[in-house]
Amino acid sequence: MLDMNRHLQIRRTPGYFALKQDVEDFLYRETELLDERRFEEWLELFAEDLVYFMPMRRNVRHGYHEDDENTKEGQGISWLEEDKWTLTKRVEQIRTGIHWAEEPLSRICHIVTGVLLMDAKPDVVNANEVVVRSRFLIYQNRGETENYTLIGKRTDTLRGVETGHGPDWRIARREIILDQNVLLAKNLTAFF
Amino acid sequence: MTTAQSIDQMVDLQRGTIARTIFSDEVIYREEQEKLFTRAWLMVGHESLIPKPGDYFLTRMGAESAILCRDKQGVIHVFLNSCRHKGMRVLRYEQGNTPAFTCPYHRWTFGTDGRLQTVPQFKELYEGHMNPDEWSLVEVAKLVNYKGSIWATWDKEAPGFIDYLGSAKAHLDEALNHRDGREGGSECIGVHKWIFGANWKFPSENFAGDMYHAVSHQSVEMVGIGPSAQAGVKERRDDELLNARLLHVSSTEGHGVISGLLPENSPHKPTFQGNPEIQAYAEKCYHERKQRLGDKARLVGLTGTIFPNTSYHARQPRSLVVWHPHSPTQTEAWRFFLVDADSPPAVKDMLRRYYMRYSGPAGMTEQDDMENWYYATEATKGAIASRYPFNYQLSLGVYRSDDVMPGNISPQTTEEMARGFYRAWSSYMKDEDWSHLLGHHLPKKMLNDNP
Repeated sequence: MLDMNRHLQIRRTPGYFALKQDVEDFLYRETELLDERRFEEWLELFAEDLVYFMPMRRNVRHGYHEDDENTKEGQGISWLEEDKWTLTKRVEQIRTGIHWAEEPLSRICHIVTGVLLMDAKPDVVNANEVVVRSRFLIYQNRGETENYTLIGKRTDTLRGVETGHGPDWRIARREIILDQNVLLAKNLTAFF
Repeated sequence: MTTAQSIDQMVDLQRGTIARTIFSDEVIYREEQEKLFTRAWLMVGHESLIPKPGDYFLTRMGAESAILCRDKQGVIHVFLNSCRHKGMRVLRYEQGNTPAFTCPYHRWTFGTDGRLQTVPQFKELYEGHMNPDEWSLVEVAKLVNYKGSIWATWDKEAPGFIDYLGSAKAHLDEALNHRDGREGGSECIGVHKWIFGANWKFPSENFAGDMYHAVSHQSVEMVGIGPSAQAGVKERRDDELLNARLLHVSSTEGHGVISGLLPENSPHKPTFQGNPEIQAYAEKCYHERKQRLGDKARLVGLTGTIFPNTSYHARQPRSLVVWHPHSPTQTEAWRFFLVDADSPPAVKDMLRRYYMRYSGPAGMTEQDDMENWYYATEATKGAIASRYPFNYQLSLGVYRSDDVMPGNISPQTTEEMARGFYRAWSSYMKDEDWSHLLGHHLPKKMLNDNP
């Protein structure tokens, strides 16, 4: 469970709002790269030691949600438990032009909202690592009439880096909570 | 109501054609539920999902919700998940442990042995005219724990599971036995569940041995995601069957499988080269298996479908999948991933990661299958399209019944397994007796028979 106290402890100073805006800019830039199918540039936003994890969500008895609702990272089967190598393979597969599940390419629109800074280290002004929570709505339209709506939450750990263009963020960890039980889509070819 | 005659017109195995309508017609779908899924053996889960007394796993049989559980005495049961009073589900959690199944509607409570234990205000409202012993949960007629996988049938006349498997048994064993050749020993490490817009028969026949659809998976082969990919080997799995003779086996019971038969004294080929520890473990298992099984170790499983709707991947990756009918044009897939329970943690961890990138809706191989089945199903609905049957003429008539193993075995890429699948399907749809359903009346075709 997310530590809401940590979020509440961050004082709403100008430094906080500047950091939040910076992180939001980064997340919106990411959706732009994805929706414009600039997948190779999108991959550059991820750290080399990336953990990209999407558990399955199960129907459990009241009181057991914390322990059992989501499948666990590092154990058994989830929807996705990827590293940068596998994500790169997925992009390479699309680029073969014969990955039929994405050929022709889907039309995909990512809407990211509800951005909350959950943590900033060492502090909001000098942050080189932030934990950011967001909501996503991914609209996928495919072929003539196929439509999928994938909605959920993400928790990202972003790491500050120096790039040729100045300071930027890299995604070191992304946990994706997709709010479905039996998946109501034939494929998860969209990136989250 | 379909008639035997119309079934034979739709499924013409002499000519090798099958009417598109069987993949989307509402009446056919309804009759499949009544005539086929009420009789055939269906896979419902794995013993490792319910290790202790009181454990349950929510499952399905055909289009209906069911409960797989272990009662207080440790006996495994499968019940219809429906209160005998007004039908509400008595189980709504996926997996866990419970002393009893209580209906949320009127609180009728059933034991884990299925018996109706308590009925609110029984004395005042029911006593004298209702016998609780007659209102147990509906239980399957037969069930079997076959090397850890649990199968059940609603038909008390159904043959035993081994007879039902017929010539497919040795091949299914490839998925269920330990990598080192011991019997059973697998553990289910998770279940993918997803719905896709295709008739359930498309994936079932595909896994029965469609070796003709290489183009579907060319992209993942080019990219390389197999257990040796990180050592630079392309393709989606280690090619353990490179020098093997492929056995395309159609069993008269309706099952279809593909296995490989390695040449005698073939040397060990390195697999799992992405990680030296796992490569060494795989090699150890290979030699132990050879020592244990002798000449039988030459058989290496690939894929298969146990009629009607359970398919397996025997080795890379390794899983069982049930293609539950969800509607005429929708399938609810449940893929059960298997590892050897006693394999080292590093092996289990590598395998589960490989399974996730290969299989299921996020799997780089299975995704392309779903795209095909979806649009093939779409193409069975049109008034004009449905006048034109699908072609099942690939290697028509090219098989023999007296090859190296039991079953009708084709020496080349074939749709014989699909034809065998639909022969059995027709038999169920015509309400034939079990001897016919198992194809025991069918003539054998010997090598030296005239064509």
